[in-house]
Amino acid sequence: MSAPTLEDRTGAELEAGLDALEAGPVEAHRSAGRRTLSAALPPLLALLGILVLWQLVETTRDPDNLPGPQEVWQSVRSEWERGRTQQAIATSLERGVLGFLVSLAVATPIGLLLARVQLLRRAFRPLISGLQSLPSVAWVPAAILWFGLNDLTLYFVILMGAIPSIVNATISGLDQVPPLYQRVGHVLGARGLTLARLVLLPAALPGYLGGLKQGWAFSWRSLMAAELIATSGGLGLGLGQQLDQARTLGDLPGVLSGILAILFVGIAVELLIFAPVERRVLRRRGLLVARH
Amino acid sequence: MTVLDTVLRRGAATSDPVDASTPAVSVRNLTKRFGTGPVVLDDVSLDVRPGEFVCLLGASGCGKSTLLNVVAGLDAPTAGEVQVPGHRPSLMFQEPALFPWLSSAQNVELALRLRGVGRAERRDEAQRLLALVRLEGAGAKRPHELSGGMRQRVALARALAQDSKVLLMDEPFAALDAITRDVLHDELTRISREVGATVVFVTHNVREAVRLGDRVVLLSSRPGRVVREFAVDIAQPRRIESPEVSALSVEITDHLRAEIRKHAGPTGAAR
Repeated sequence: MSAPTLEDRTGAELEAGLDALEAGPVEAHRSAGRRTLSAALPPLLALLGILVLWQLVETTRDPDNLPGPQEVWQSVRSEWERGRTQQAIATSLERGVLGFLVSLAVATPIGLLLARVQLLRRAFRPLISGLQSLPSVAWVPAAILWFGLNDLTLYFVILMGAIPSIVNATISGLDQVPPLYQRVGHVLGARGLTLARLVLLPAALPGYLGGLKQGWAFSWRSLMAAELIATSGGLGLGLGQQLDQARTLGDLPGVLSGILAILFVGIAVELLIFAPVERRVLRRRGLLVARH
Repeated sequence: MTVLDTVLRRGAATSDPVDASTPAVSVRNLTKRFGTGPVVLDDVSLDVRPGEFVCLLGASGCGKSTLLNVVAGLDAPTAGEVQVPGHRPSLMFQEPALFPWLSSAQNVELALRLRGVGRAERRDEAQRLLALVRLEGAGAKRPHELSGGMRQRVALARALAQDSKVLLMDEPFAALDAITRDVLHDELTRISREVGATVVFVTHNVREAVRLGDRVVLLSSRPGRVVREFAVDIAQPRRIESPEVSALSVEITDHLRAEIRKHAGPTGAAR
């Protein structure tokens, strides 16, 4: 190549100037501390408001069957200090996570297949959608009869809850991939599995992630329902079983602190696992609009 | 314009006389209809010489995009045949269609990977291509961080990464503002000459066709047929506002309007 001509150089400068003008100003960054504060403050205030209201109802009306916040807090503390809560959380989380991972491994290939093969989709999609709206707790009696009162029953109920939801999410994630991406993939020479791996699956990731989140919610709910019903000495003590124990003892503060523990796990998984992953994926694709 | 003219005018980059004798794109009596629908393309024949820049021009419904899709191998012809010797042609769309989960450089590298280029070479080759479209500093940026013009240049780098001698472009600048489009015209002229690419460029913008093309092919609408061809004997780089470009644009526009007028009438009988 010869030395750049004057025409070349002015062309390059013109282009660089245009790029600089169109790229726009750099976004101002707020400090991490301030961002955390502005994210955490509103929900904390809401929580405080609920606690105040609760206390107000408790002191002014003094109903027999409503323990006050302090009473419940004491129950939470004593359960925690005896190590029972941690034990139950560990037991339930282990079941929930394992069940969720198995659901994931089963549901994703099914979803891929149904999304790509029209005949299979037409045959099975209504069934899958139906199963998704069926509360998976309805499977508990059948599962107990099939598997007996053991962990298999719990896993079965989790799978029946999570798999349809993840299958559906995989299908709609793939359906939402712009057709243009597939054409570009074709033009570049990607076919079949290569096309799926390099183009379709990465393109479907945001929708798929949303589906995983929903799949986890279904897993966790199904598990809690199953644990509440399937209680026996043979089964490890999960959060649901602990909740049921408190009920049989007529321990209302214990029941309420059990509900709080289940809620706490749900919030923690969302905040610590799904939210950061989702944020990262969306931000990298420019799909996350900064809200101030 | 003869083959010899083209070769001389384009200089050394594409002057292999053996190459020049076989067309880079050959369309013979192509007819295309979708299912039992109306005929979209009717008996279209078109030869494009290696290194030639041909603009396909027509109003809506002339089947320009369909023609490109058939040449690209995305659609099959109903009758007739299309030959593109060598690699699969690369195709650019009106939207850049960059993959948002990859950086600019990775988008280009993906094309290289699908072409079978080894991992080690990909990075250097992608950098070279980004430098060619004057985006050497933007390799790490993601598509959403780039302006529309920059995205379309990355898409051009990705198309060039296919190492196809034939570049098909489907109104690639239609969505850009006038200033950016003007700059990209200069860029496309420079780059296509530098790499010796054969370009088939679809547009409904007459001046754009005259600004860019060695030859402008006017298509009729519903069905699409080749109406007329115009050789553009104006030295490159041209300016879109130059009197020569304007004069030819006026002539071509008159023919284009005559074609469109045939579709007038209360019953649409011309269809």
